[in-house]
Amino acid sequence: MIANNLKHALFCAVITLVISYPILGFNLVARGVDITLTGADATTLVMVALAALIVFGFQLFRDRIVGTITDITRPGFGTHKEPMEENRRARIESWVLTGILVLALFWPFFVSRGSVDLATLVLIYIMLALGLNVVVGLAGLLDLGYVAFYAVGAYTFALLSEYLGVSFWMALPIGALLAALFGLLLGFPVLRLRGDYLAIVTLGFGEIIRILLNNMTNLTGGPNGIGGIPEPTLFGMEFGRRVKEEGNTSFHETFGIAYSSEHKVIFLYLIALVLAVITALVIRRLMRMPVGRAWEALREDEIAAKSLGLSRTAVKLSAFTIGAFFAGFAGTVFASKQGFISPESFVFLESAIILAIVVLGGMGSQMGVILAAIAVTILPELAREFSEYRMLIFGAAMVLMMVWRPQGLMPMRRIHIELKKQE
Amino acid sequence: MLEVQNLSMRFGGLLAVDQVSLDVNEHEIVAIIGPNGAGKTTVFNCMSGFYKPTGGKILFQGKEIQGTPDYKISRLGLVRTFQHVRLFSRMTVVENLLVAQHRHLNTNLLSGILNTPNYREKEQKSLDRAAYWLDRVGLTDMANREAGNLAYGQQRRLEIARCMVTEPRLLMLDEPAAGLNPAETKDLNRLIISLKEDYNVSVVLIEHDMSLVMDISDRINVINQGRPLASGTPDEIRRNDDVIKAYLGEA
Repeated sequence: MIANNLKHALFCAVITLVISYPILGFNLVARGVDITLTGADATTLVMVALAALIVFGFQLFRDRIVGTITDITRPGFGTHKEPMEENRRARIESWVLTGILVLALFWPFFVSRGSVDLATLVLIYIMLALGLNVVVGLAGLLDLGYVAFYAVGAYTFALLSEYLGVSFWMALPIGALLAALFGLLLGFPVLRLRGDYLAIVTLGFGEIIRILLNNMTNLTGGPNGIGGIPEPTLFGMEFGRRVKEEGNTSFHETFGIAYSSEHKVIFLYLIALVLAVITALVIRRLMRMPVGRAWEALREDEIAAKSLGLSRTAVKLSAFTIGAFFAGFAGTVFASKQGFISPESFVFLESAIILAIVVLGGMGSQMGVILAAIAVTILPELAREFSEYRMLIFGAAMVLMMVWRPQGLMPMRRIHIELKKQE
Repeated sequence: MLEVQNLSMRFGGLLAVDQVSLDVNEHEIVAIIGPNGAGKTTVFNCMSGFYKPTGGKILFQGKEIQGTPDYKISRLGLVRTFQHVRLFSRMTVVENLLVAQHRHLNTNLLSGILNTPNYREKEQKSLDRAAYWLDRVGLTDMANREAGNLAYGQQRRLEIARCMVTEPRLLMLDEPAAGLNPAETKDLNRLIISLKEDYNVSVVLIEHDMSLVMDISDRINVINQGRPLASGTPDEIRRNDDVIKAYLGEA
C-alpha cells in the first residue's frame, strides 16, 4: 500500500514546492523608486522545504492517519451510553438554551465595546444564516444571491430615513416585508429550475441588485453609499450625546447618568439579540408546521410531493419569501449598526459566506447554523495575528470540515413525534 | 367513476399509447397488465396528470381531468403510488404521513406560529389519522425512524398508507408487489382487498404478479404495444387466446 502511495506522495510534495517557493521564496522590496526582487531568508526556505516534507509524509501514511481521525470524529466516540430519553433530552436542552440566553443578555455590560460590536455582527449573521437555512437547508433550493435580500432590507431603511425621515422601528417591518416581496418576485421566474440552474439564476439576481444600487446614483448615491443612518431609539430616547430630532429626549439625560458611547452599542446588541431569538423561534415553529414539512418534502422528492397534492408553486414561493423576510430584518439592523452602507457590503462573497455557514452548521439544523455563524464570524477575528494568512487558515478549516464531517457541525435531528396508542 | 376514453399519448414519433379505453366503477379493483414497455405506466401518468395526453378523454366522477396539473388531480381524490418507491426518505415515517395531509390542514401561517387551539386540534386530528394508518399497515414501532431506513416491504406499505391518509376515492398502484417476497405479497393482497371493502376505495393497479392480479381483480385490462388487447373478468382473460400468446404464455 505504501508503495502505491509513494508516487502520489512524491507528486504532492513537488506540487507543494512548486506552488509555495515562488510565492514565499521571493520578496519585492522597494528601494527608492525602484522595486527589486530579492530572495527570502534561509528560515523561509527551510520552512517551505519542511512543508513539502510534511505533505509528503501525510500523503504516504494518509490512509492510516485519516482512519484514526475518522474514528475520533465519529459521533459517539468514547461514549457508549444509551441514547438519552427523548423528554429528558428536550428538557435539558431548553434549560441550557435559557441559560445561554440569560448570559447573552447580561454579558455586554462587562466586556469591551469592540467585543459587543463583534457580537452584534455575529447576531446579524445568525439571522441571515437562519433565513437562508429555510431556503437551502429545508427546501433544498440552492440560492447564491441571498445577499440581495439583505441589501434590500438595508437600503430600504437607509433610503426611507434619508428621504422620509422614517425611524428604525418603522423601517424594520417595512424592510423585512419589502425583502420578502423581492423574494416572491425572484421566486416566480425560477419556479421550474432546480439545482445548478437555480444557483446560476439566483447568483445573477444578487448581482443585478448590487449593480443597480451601484448605478442608480441619484437615488442611492452609487458607490459612495448612504451615510447618516439613524440609530434606533428606545421609546423616543436617543443614544447620542445631543438630541438630533425635535421632540426626542436623550437616554443619559432621562436616567440622569453620565453619557457613554457604549450605551448605544449595547442597545443595538440587545435589539439584534431579540430579533435573532425571534427569528430562531419563528423558524423553529415553521419547521414543525405543515409548511415546514412541505418544504422538506419538496427537497426530498418533488414528484412524490406533487402526487400528494402539494403545489410546487406555493411551497417554493413560501420558502423564498420567508427566507428573504429574515434577510430584510438582518439588513435593517446592519444599516442601523453601521450608520453607513454602500454596495460594497453586499458582494457575492457575502452570499458565499452565509451559504458556508449553513453548510458548515449542518443543512436544516438550527443549532448547527447558529454555532457555525459564531465560528465563521469570530474565527477570522481571532486569527488576526496571522494577518495575511487568515483567509488561508479559514479556507483550510473549511476544507478539513467538509472532508471529515460533511454532515456539518450539528446535523439536523428529526423531531420525535409521540403518537397515541391505537386501541 | 373513472372513465378513460380513446386515450393516446405520443412522444415525438413514438405512439406510446394508442386508443386505450378503460373504466373503473365504485367499489372495484381493476388491473392493467401487459408486457414490459406496453404503455401501462404511461396510461397511469396520463391519468394522474404527470403527462398531458395528446388525444382522448379522462373523466373522473363525470368531470374531464385530462391536462389538469398533477397536484390538483390528487386533491380530487385520485392518488397514486410509483413503480419505484418514492418516499421522503430523510423524513421520519410519521412525517411522511403528515406531509400527505397538508391540504386537510389548511390553516394559515399565523395561527400555526401562535399555536392557536384550532390549529392544535387539526394537527392532533392528522396525527391520529397517521397513527391509525401506521397501525393498519403494521409500522407503529417504526414511527420515528427515517423512512429511507425501512426495509423494502415496509417502504411499500408506508407508501400505500401515505396515499390513504389523503382519503382518496380512487387509488392507483403501480406494481405494488414488485420486489416483495411471497409472504409480503400475500399481506399486500389482503391489504388491497380491505381498502376496497372497509374504506370504499376503488383501486386501479398495474402488476406483473399474476397470482395477485387473478386473486383480487374484479376486471382486467390487457395492453400490448400501446393498444388495448382484451378486457374482462380474470377467468375470461385467462382463457383469452390473444392474451396467452402476447403475455401469459402457454402453460
